[in-house]
Amino acid sequence: MQLNDISKEWFSNVPKDLIAGLVVALALIPEAIAFSIIAGVDPQVGLYASFCIAVVSAIAGGRPGMISAATAATALLMITLVKEHGLEYLLAATLLTGVLQIAAGLLRMGEALKFVSSSVMTGFVNALAILIFMAQLPEFAGAGWQMYAMVAGGLGIIYLIPRLTKAVPSPLVCIVVLTVISLAAGLDLRTVGDLGELPSTLPVFLLPQVPLNLETLLIILPYSIPIAVVGLLESLMTATIVDDLTDTDSNKNRECAGQGLANIASGFFGGMAGCAMIGQTVINIKSGGRGRLSTFAAGVFLLILLVVFGPWVKLIPMAALVAVMIMVSIGTFSWASLRDLPRHPKTSSLVMITTVLVVVITHNLALGVAVGVLMSTISFARKAALLMRVGTEIDESGEHRTYFVTGNLFFVSAGAFGRAFNFREVVARVTIDVTRAHFWDISSVAALDKVVLKFRRDGVTVNVIGLNEASATLIERVAVHDKAGASDSVPLH
Amino acid sequence: MKNFLTCTDGSPYAPSVYDHTAWAASRIAEASVHVVHMLDPHRERAAIVDRSGSLGPDTGEELLAELVTFEETKNRRAREQGKAILAAAERHLRKAGVANVTVEQQHGELVEAVTRMETNADLVVIGKRGESADFASQHLGSNLERVIRASIRPVLVSSRTFTPIDQFLMAYDGSPSAEKAVEFAMTQPLLRGLRCLLLRAGRIDENAEWYLQETAAKLRASGFDVTAQSAPGEPDEIIPETIQRENIALLVMGAYGHSRIRHLIVGSTTTTMLRTCPVPVLMFR
Repeated sequence: MQLNDISKEWFSNVPKDLIAGLVVALALIPEAIAFSIIAGVDPQVGLYASFCIAVVSAIAGGRPGMISAATAATALLMITLVKEHGLEYLLAATLLTGVLQIAAGLLRMGEALKFVSSSVMTGFVNALAILIFMAQLPEFAGAGWQMYAMVAGGLGIIYLIPRLTKAVPSPLVCIVVLTVISLAAGLDLRTVGDLGELPSTLPVFLLPQVPLNLETLLIILPYSIPIAVVGLLESLMTATIVDDLTDTDSNKNRECAGQGLANIASGFFGGMAGCAMIGQTVINIKSGGRGRLSTFAAGVFLLILLVVFGPWVKLIPMAALVAVMIMVSIGTFSWASLRDLPRHPKTSSLVMITTVLVVVITHNLALGVAVGVLMSTISFARKAALLMRVGTEIDESGEHRTYFVTGNLFFVSAGAFGRAFNFREVVARVTIDVTRAHFWDISSVAALDKVVLKFRRDGVTVNVIGLNEASATLIERVAVHDKAGASDSVPLH
Repeated sequence: MKNFLTCTDGSPYAPSVYDHTAWAASRIAEASVHVVHMLDPHRERAAIVDRSGSLGPDTGEELLAELVTFEETKNRRAREQGKAILAAAERHLRKAGVANVTVEQQHGELVEAVTRMETNADLVVIGKRGESADFASQHLGSNLERVIRASIRPVLVSSRTFTPIDQFLMAYDGSPSAEKAVEFAMTQPLLRGLRCLLLRAGRIDENAEWYLQETAAKLRASGFDVTAQSAPGEPDEIIPETIQRENIALLVMGAYGHSRIRHLIVGSTTTTMLRTCPVPVLMFR
């Protein structure tokens, strides 16, 4: 069976996977170069990374058909490290990122994505798109009208060619045409070759030249942690997108570990840390890629193209790269989220916009996501607290009042609970029926105790009924009687 | 032994699958047949391809909408077709005298469905080739090997057309799955009353000969008319030759005795038998 599954994941869709891999590889080259520039390293670092990550994640990842390589999200987090400590420390940080991600996979953190609400995810992709776009702006600084004209022409080619033919990737046409124009007209434009070393050989195995001590660890850890987190987030989000597009399942924990292995391979072969790419993955699926072979082929074609066409890659004008990256930025941004802004709940929109703002200001996607998750959690707690009602009735004698408590009692709703009782009324007996309430934490238990004590001080006989059912939601206590079906006794509303 | 699980895909092989099912059902009192048809959308393959490689605003959402619309129409039609296939299967089986027929349509892969459903079945019936394999007559159905490997029940693999069965060839190699076949013949009613040609092909030594005679004696003791033969040589060649020469209508054998690794390198006798013998095969794992 196992061998059958492997062959299904690899060889069910061979011709289409190969062609999709080629389309993706062609688009990976400009992206890998552009993301190297963002991180402040030679283009070859991003290109080697893209090759290693694509090939290893094809084998080890948990989502067939997903494209992983050097990405903007991770590149943005390594700028300072490269500036202050240099490339070798980046490679070491890449290895550590891989180790952290493997640990996350073993700890089954793939499930943790459920705590990230869709508003935060939308904020994440929008912020990412804005950062990719902003990273292109320095290329225009001090450039003449030729640069603007070339970029505009490039975008025109990218979006108009598909109307004529869908047989060739339009970003490739854009790159070829702009390169030819700039060479033929002898335009004085910056080219990829001006940016630094391009790979001329296959990547070789290297140990990062850093001292193996605590000091090194303390330098790289503050970078590795956010890179690992952001890498996993984008990868898991992308995996979900592929799950939806292809209507198939993926193994999220295996994906975490697979990303880790891919980064370790990248670090050892002179590449930077990366993760899954939303835009490239959509291109892959759109081009007919489905199996692991598509990702593998993308990596291998990338390397072949570099080795064969290396000398020409140097000549590509930056204008062509910028045009392609603007396309990626447009494709990554969720334009539907702008359209839906008036229709969505205000709190969700606020979470989304805050996430975007935090990221754009700090250039740190991890921070934006953290703030977004915090906000959506608080907003949820506030809403869940509204689901608490205290009803009341008094018997014919006017001496015995009964309070019926329903809904969620926890630290947020405890205050409202305490205020729901009428302590001014003079009665002999009070019954508090909590059968249909959930006591989620000790704050709520304490609130109940306080109410009972307050009544007793007034000389009222208090009787609480249904406490066993209600406190079944106290997770700690449920955990003590940790038996199958223990949670079945939680009363349903 | 009375519950059969019959897999159909409505291909040209399907009527023969029903005939083989009916034959097996006719040999057993109160047999009941469950026919299953799978709606497998083959999500591991791409249906729409657009190589423009560009990303516009909300390309992902557009692609999702496009894929959903495309599959919606296609799979609605597939469901209707499947219903018609199952109705035809039921008619065919009832006409052939099977009284107890139930049909079912499921989403997913055949292998998974068979693994799930065969716990209630005693025998799985499947066609040698299916809808995707008629372009080359030597090509086996894409699901066949996977089903046989995954199945814990005997699998009856039907041939292109059904011919009445009065004699079967039992390929005996002493392996546990071959012993399972012998055990089945002796204890279950399906093969009872048929003439048996017990054939040992391959390397023949004293030991092999002794086991062959021993097994023949066991089968005779449970009422079979047995001819025992041993033939030195390649089983891949001898078994098809014997089937042709003796006009055998059913091959009974243990399946996939060797490891997957060996299979990758030298190929499998089972697959060769299925491909080269123009008769139905009853397989044991």
